[in-house]
Amino acid sequence: MSIACELSNPNLKKTKAETIVGNWTSKKILLFRVLCGLVCISLVLWLCLSFYVGSLCICNKDAESSKGVLFRNHNVTRSEIDAMLSLFFDSNQVTSFECRKESNPGMWESYGITCSLSTRLEKDEEAKRHVAELMSSSEASILDNLEENVEKEEDESGHQDVLFYLMNKWHWWFVLCVLVAAHFIFEFHRRKEVSFLQDKQQTQCKRDGKLRKNMLLLCIIAGVSLSVFWFWHTNEKILRQRRETLTNMCEERARVLQDQFNVSMNHVHALSILVSTFHHGKTPSAIDQKTFSEYTERTNFERPLTSGVAYALKVTHSEREKFEKEHGWTIKKMNPEDQTLVHEFDPAPVQDEYAPVIFAQETVSHLVSVDMMSGNEDRENILRARALGKGVLTSPFQLLKSNHLGVILTFAVYNTNLPHDATEEERIQATIGYLGASYDMPSLVEKLLQQLASKQTISVNVYDTTNASSVIKMYGSEVGDMSEEHISSLDFGDPFRKHEMHCRFTQKPPIPWLAIMPPGFALVITFLLGYIFNEAINRIATVEEDIRKVRELKARAEAADVAKSQFLATVSHEIRTPMVGVLGMLKLLMDTDLDAKQMDFAETAHGSGKDLISLINEVLDQAKIESGRLELESVPFDLRFLLDNISSLLSGKAAEKGIELAVYVSSHVPAVIIGDPGRFRQIITNLVGNSIKFTQEKGHIFISVHLTNEVREPFDTEDEILKQRLGSDETCNTLSGYPAVNATGSWRNFRTFQDHISSDKIELLVTVEDTGVGIPFEAQSRIFTPFMQADSSTSRTYGGTGIGLSISKRLVELMQGEIGFVSKPGVGTTFSFTGVFGKDSSVTALELFDQSIHEFQGLKALVIDSRNIRAEVTRYHLQRVGISSIDIASSLGTASTSCASKLVNLDLVLVDKDAWNKEEYVAFSDLLNSGQETYTRPPKILLLATFTTPLELSEIKSSGLVDEVLMKPLRMSVLICCLQETMGDGKKRQIKRKPKNLGSLLRGKHILVVDDTVVNRRVADAVLRKYKALVTCVDSGKAAVAMLKPPHDFDACFMDLQMPEMDGFEATRRVRDLEEEMNKKTDQSRKWHTPILAMTADVIQATNEKCIKCGMDGFVSKPFEEEELYSSVARFFDK
Amino acid sequence: MLGLGVDRLQADINRLLTSLFHQGVLDEQFLQLQQLQDDTSPTFVYDVINIYFDESEKLLRNLRLLLMDREFSDYKKIGLHLNQLVGSSSSIGARRVRNVCVAFRSASELNNRPGCLRGLEVVEHEYHYLKNMMHELFQVLIHVISYTHNSLYNYLIDPT
Repeated sequence: MSIACELSNPNLKKTKAETIVGNWTSKKILLFRVLCGLVCISLVLWLCLSFYVGSLCICNKDAESSKGVLFRNHNVTRSEIDAMLSLFFDSNQVTSFECRKESNPGMWESYGITCSLSTRLEKDEEAKRHVAELMSSSEASILDNLEENVEKEEDESGHQDVLFYLMNKWHWWFVLCVLVAAHFIFEFHRRKEVSFLQDKQQTQCKRDGKLRKNMLLLCIIAGVSLSVFWFWHTNEKILRQRRETLTNMCEERARVLQDQFNVSMNHVHALSILVSTFHHGKTPSAIDQKTFSEYTERTNFERPLTSGVAYALKVTHSEREKFEKEHGWTIKKMNPEDQTLVHEFDPAPVQDEYAPVIFAQETVSHLVSVDMMSGNEDRENILRARALGKGVLTSPFQLLKSNHLGVILTFAVYNTNLPHDATEEERIQATIGYLGASYDMPSLVEKLLQQLASKQTISVNVYDTTNASSVIKMYGSEVGDMSEEHISSLDFGDPFRKHEMHCRFTQKPPIPWLAIMPPGFALVITFLLGYIFNEAINRIATVEEDIRKVRELKARAEAADVAKSQFLATVSHEIRTPMVGVLGMLKLLMDTDLDAKQMDFAETAHGSGKDLISLINEVLDQAKIESGRLELESVPFDLRFLLDNISSLLSGKAAEKGIELAVYVSSHVPAVIIGDPGRFRQIITNLVGNSIKFTQEKGHIFISVHLTNEVREPFDTEDEILKQRLGSDETCNTLSGYPAVNATGSWRNFRTFQDHISSDKIELLVTVEDTGVGIPFEAQSRIFTPFMQADSSTSRTYGGTGIGLSISKRLVELMQGEIGFVSKPGVGTTFSFTGVFGKDSSVTALELFDQSIHEFQGLKALVIDSRNIRAEVTRYHLQRVGISSIDIASSLGTASTSCASKLVNLDLVLVDKDAWNKEEYVAFSDLLNSGQETYTRPPKILLLATFTTPLELSEIKSSGLVDEVLMKPLRMSVLICCLQETMGDGKKRQIKRKPKNLGSLLRGKHILVVDDTVVNRRVADAVLRKYKALVTCVDSGKAAVAMLKPPHDFDACFMDLQMPEMDGFEATRRVRDLEEEMNKKTDQSRKWHTPILAMTADVIQATNEKCIKCGMDGFVSKPFEEEELYSSVARFFDK
Repeated sequence: MLGLGVDRLQADINRLLTSLFHQGVLDEQFLQLQQLQDDTSPTFVYDVINIYFDESEKLLRNLRLLLMDREFSDYKKIGLHLNQLVGSSSSIGARRVRNVCVAFRSASELNNRPGCLRGLEVVEHEYHYLKNMMHELFQVLIHVISYTHNSLYNYLIDPT
């Protein structure tokens, strides 16, 4: 049932939950946005950075390449180049952009350099001079060689450019993609948000979960791609560094090799000049074979790379014989198969010209007399050398003797000093000999590499690439990391020949831990975070699912509860309707002539029906309270009068069981309070009903009402009852003398007790004390639970549903009070409850018995009762009827002995039956009569009896000792009647008994029925006639107004509400106006107010209120039902 | 012979009334109406029912006229007519007519013309059904009279 309490504000909770959800989603969106923003910002930053670095790299590469170009094409010293490069680099930083701009495809790189340099020059005069110098010195060769190189470079740079551009573009695309993706996610989210209002919560939860999962997936993908990218980036950097190292090393080796080669070439050149000077320039020759070989041997250190030098003379065929004779040997042909044995060479075949070796270094002395023209390589070489006038190289071939690959450098020796611009013919003409030097390439390179550092890390291969289709390997092995190679071109001074150096690392690149580790960690962290979030999301999903289920269950429980209440209400109502019929019929049946047996049956049936009705009412109340539909009225009522009613109602039952019932209201309680009398009555009836039910054959039930203020300050109280009850814990000084539990325990735990309430409110404390069986301790905790009785056997023993206490508790709570009890099995139970009521100071008392009360003022009374409390109760009742001076004596004896002075001028003596004692009474009455002598009227003796058999009663009465027997519980009306009778002041008791049925009520009354429908008129007429009323019918509102225009002799009017032209409301208003007018005109003796009762087929609350508002007095639903008709007309005719 | 015929007719009447109550065509009010009939007004039920039919006939005719009018908009008038019909129907205990009238009225309160037309048809149907039933009942009662020469309507109160 506690659910019902929670039910009252589920909407509130729901809205709260909704706002929370709203907050949460908005927070989520915010978070998401911040995340996206961060990602975007970091991306943009990273892009900027990479752009900057990229441009620097490109520029660096440019610089490197230009450096290479410069280096390659001219003998510019390294320092100069470096200086220039640094200058260029400096300027590059400033003008790199311009530089980039200028080096568009189609423009030469050198222009770019020039441009950038010139911009720098403006600032730096020294630099200008320096560069100008540099440029002038290098310009020629640069321009010569650049043309071929630049195209290559251009392609490369163009490629790089495009790559960069693409990369750049790719970046932007990436950013764009991310943004678009984010946008889509937002859109999706927003759409979801819009649909959120429409969709049910279930789908919303699922969608939320999905969204979260998607976001997590996105995040993980982003993390993975980020770490992959990081790895790629770092790895790339490492590789680039490695490549750069390789490039640097390769270039270094290539340059050194080139240098060395050039140096030895120069020496060979020098040798050729020596030969031309000392052999041909002098006659006779200053050089012979011996001199030459000696000289060359001794100057061999200058040409460390040459394995040998030989000089061949140009001999034409015509001169051959002469030449052969001169030297004493024949010109031999070179045998390519076997070069080792020169002397076995065949004589050279006839040719146009020959080039027999005449001088040779010691190492190649076997070549003397061999015709160099006979070897294909050599011949070609010789021809080219003399045509060009420069040193030319052969393609590599297997050298004689040593099995190494080698090349032969050939210089032509001219007899004249030829000008630079000599033609080819002139050169050929001028040729007189050829100087050749063989270079042993492997040893050459070997020697060279020996000198350089870190020779172990890279392997070098040298190739002759003159013929692109068949590249000849001059040096090197195929070992090392094949994946990466740097190619540097070598220039050995022979434009016809092309050589390249290929460098590669000997070892494969090490595993790039530096690149792997941090991204790896990032990856691991990403996955861990992903896992954690995934778990969290799953958890959230489960919790959400659970919450949803719980909500669903709650909704179902609520619905079930509401359905239950509705079912109860409906069923109760539906049962009540036929029950009313059953009861009515039974009542009618009882009105007929029945014999005793039949009457008994009918009465039993009627009683059972009434019980059923009351039970149904209780269930209905419970259902109403639970569904929160019960509202308390707020009307002024007389509490004491109400309690009188209750006690009279219950006295029958109590008397049956022999229980004494007493009511006491503290004098501090105002006469009229504002509250709901019906509900108050219900609570007390419930409690007292229970008490009666559980009290057996002895003891009492005592209802007392105090202000909580009185109880709060118990020691200041003047209230005798309270004083006595606040005494000991368990006292025998009770109403009936049977022990009862102390009531204070029942309100000890009240919370509201301590609160001070506002001045226009009062808080009442009502206690109901009984001497019943008590409530077992183990059941005390659940007696306020509906349908839960103290003991399952209780209902069988005592009957009832156990719903009463629960209803009472709810009602008390509605009255802002509390209910509590204290109980001791075998002793009794005391229930207490508090309730807040309004104080109505304008009405002092309901002037019900006002007249009678005046009669009894000033009377003197003596109460003789052995029980103090009971005497106090009697005193309270006497005070209520206006008797102010009341004395109390505990017994007749004490009254006659100790209180003799009090007996004077007594008007009334009330003796309780318990204190009744014939002997004592006789003495007492004597005393009374003696004290009363001077007065004509002896005091009246009233006997207070709780339960007496009629026999006993008549006996006492007939004995003449007492004037009247008063049956307890005392009630004001009874007391007044009794007093009036006994005081015997001639007034006859006027008993107003309510007419039992409508017949007597309506008999002879003039009644006007207003209805536009003939049928209704006929029926109403018939019904009222049945009750012997004089009926007049009219068919419209106008007619009714005419009829009711005072003066008239109608006692009441039944008015249909819905009529054409003038409806019931309007008609009533008019009638009331007429009456008002009439009342004004005539004097106040008779006020015109005809009771007008509305008649309608459909009963709605609003209509009821409207009826009252427009001056109608009541409300009868059509068709007439006897009970209803009776109850509504009784008010007017029961006077 | 004679008694047998009366018994059979009485059984017929009982069956008829029971079926009418079961179908919800009539309710307790009809019984109350029968109770109102006594020696002073022996044809009370018959009179009232006849008045009811006359009145209702008129009302239904009016309703049909009102609703058939194309430029019709006077739902208030319809409401008034229906109120009368509801009132008189509940007075004689014609429960089903009353219920369909209430439905009709709520349709007219919403100015729902199709609803009104439908309501009117249903009301007419119920009304005619009731009329037929009542006619049958009275026919049987007349037979009973012809057998018993008793007061026609006393029969209803005291079938013995």
